[in-house]
Amino acid sequence: MAAQAARRKRRGIRQTWSDYVFDGSVTLILALSALLVVYPLMYVISSSFSSTSAVMGGRVWLLPVEPSLAAYEAVLQNKQIVTGYINSFIYTALGTLLTLIVTMLAGFCLSRKDFFGRGVFSAMLIFTMLFSGGLIPSYLLMSSLGLLNTVWVMILPGAVSAWFIMLARTYIKSSIPEELFESAGLDGCTVYGMLTHIALPLSGSIMAVIGLYSAVGIWNSYFDAFIYLSDKKMYPLQVVLRNILILNQMDVSVVQDLRDLATRQGMSNLIKYAIIVVSSAPLLVMYPFVQKYFVKGVMVGSLKG
Amino acid sequence: MVQRAGIDGSGVIGARRANKPPIGKNRRNLWRRVRVSLPYYTLILLPAALLLIFKYYPMYGLQIAFKDYRVTRGFAGSPWVGLKHFTQFLTASSAWNVIRNTLMISAYSLLLGFPAPIILAICLNESPSRKLRKPVQMITYMPYFISTVVLVSMIIQFTDVSGGLVNQMIRGVSGAPINFMGEKRYFRMIYTLTGIWQGAGYSAVIYLAALSGVSPELYDAATVDGAGKFRRILNVDLPSITPTIRILFILNTGGVLTVAFEKIFLMQNSINLSVSEVLSTYVYKIGLQGANFSFSTAADMFKSVIGFAILAAANAACRMISDDGLF
Repeated sequence: MAAQAARRKRRGIRQTWSDYVFDGSVTLILALSALLVVYPLMYVISSSFSSTSAVMGGRVWLLPVEPSLAAYEAVLQNKQIVTGYINSFIYTALGTLLTLIVTMLAGFCLSRKDFFGRGVFSAMLIFTMLFSGGLIPSYLLMSSLGLLNTVWVMILPGAVSAWFIMLARTYIKSSIPEELFESAGLDGCTVYGMLTHIALPLSGSIMAVIGLYSAVGIWNSYFDAFIYLSDKKMYPLQVVLRNILILNQMDVSVVQDLRDLATRQGMSNLIKYAIIVVSSAPLLVMYPFVQKYFVKGVMVGSLKG
Repeated sequence: MVQRAGIDGSGVIGARRANKPPIGKNRRNLWRRVRVSLPYYTLILLPAALLLIFKYYPMYGLQIAFKDYRVTRGFAGSPWVGLKHFTQFLTASSAWNVIRNTLMISAYSLLLGFPAPIILAICLNESPSRKLRKPVQMITYMPYFISTVVLVSMIIQFTDVSGGLVNQMIRGVSGAPINFMGEKRYFRMIYTLTGIWQGAGYSAVIYLAALSGVSPELYDAATVDGAGKFRRILNVDLPSITPTIRILFILNTGGVLTVAFEKIFLMQNSINLSVSEVLSTYVYKIGLQGANFSFSTAADMFKSVIGFAILAAANAACRMISDDGLF
């Protein structure tokens, strides 16, 4: 260390100067990228809390101008959004639960060396990562099973995920010592006991990771619902959002009440911002608390095993 | 020396051979292994059933690409027609435009979108202060949680000609407002840049993990040899994460024809359709909206097969250049 410092000193100003520029540009890039991410989000939130005229007049730049909750009142009165919220919540809860059950069962089995047939199952699983039946055969399958417009179609097809199962398998294999299973086996522990008394209690963090990824995925997806559900009462939040935000099918009474076109236009913009906030809030609020699990998931996933 | 003796192959193989049971006992041995595994079979029942029904049965259904699918007859009962649907797809004038669009969008995403997380990860790794690194990493990861629907509606809101944020800014520097979503030439750029906005922080984590594995001794050695910080990135960081870059690059090239349906479909409008129609949206429109099940399955299958061929080619190219690939 001392020699290094001395060497650095001897090299003198040039080295320090270029390092200084380097540090400066790295800091600049980082600050800029953080700003680029934060500012649009900030703008959406601020706009949603501002008044119609402030948003229309372009007076909102960073913080809410003429604070008002009018947009949120309108959003919460909208039945479609409330139903969508409830549906999304149900699909997310059930889907995540089933995904976790399936993933842990399969992950545990694949992590055990004495499971005869492990290679076949694992190969079949990995093959689904490379190849799939595609849209039309899947749709025809759901249709012939009579799953269209049921809760099941939102839950069952996504429950088996090769990536999640491999994640769980790698975790169990690498973080739970084999000796633990061996000694439990000598004490007369059955395979079921190994799963419920050893593997599951020691896999808390990987279950958190998988549960979170799965929940975020289900909450944010709209494709399956869009394809398989046609009953409006079944629509999850994202499909409702698409109809309102992108197709402009808004039936918010507040908007109809307003007389002139300009205010109506302004109010509908405001409501859109409020809807964006309301629909993303659950994930963004929990994000700081669970962030470490997400990073961890990527780390475990990037291990080869 | 001791370690070397341990790795020495011949002894170990010999030991394994000695452990192998004589051939006559094989069947009984197999039966014992199956019996020991019985509890596992009960546990794997649910995952296996779901896997077979929801992943493998649709693959079995792919045969309708070579058939004239009739709803009443099912997958197996429909009559074979050979490659009719494939030739029909490849001779259709719209097909090549769709393929071109898909490739163009992928090219944009690969050229601009692929390096972005690498640069971000290196900057995060080189950040002079810890206090900056953590919050920036957290913030850049955040857009990953925003759904595609919300992202696209944000794009539409922000680029709105009359009151959108972007056009307000353009007007602020006294420019004429631009109708970004109303002109097809902006479509690919918007798609790619917003993709970077949403995904760079997420993808950077993988590279960060790889960078954290770089031995500090390498940095020290480089410093002693007179490398500045920028040199250390070029000569230490980049070579160290090359395997990760290579794997992700190969995987990405494999997906060039599988452009995400969700975002493109949401961003489509009548004006940009001539550049925004890609294979996945085409399959959806022809197949489900138009009920041409067999034809669109053929188009979809074409996509998968060519995608796989591209992946294999990228893999082969990587192997040729660097002696290492994905498989």
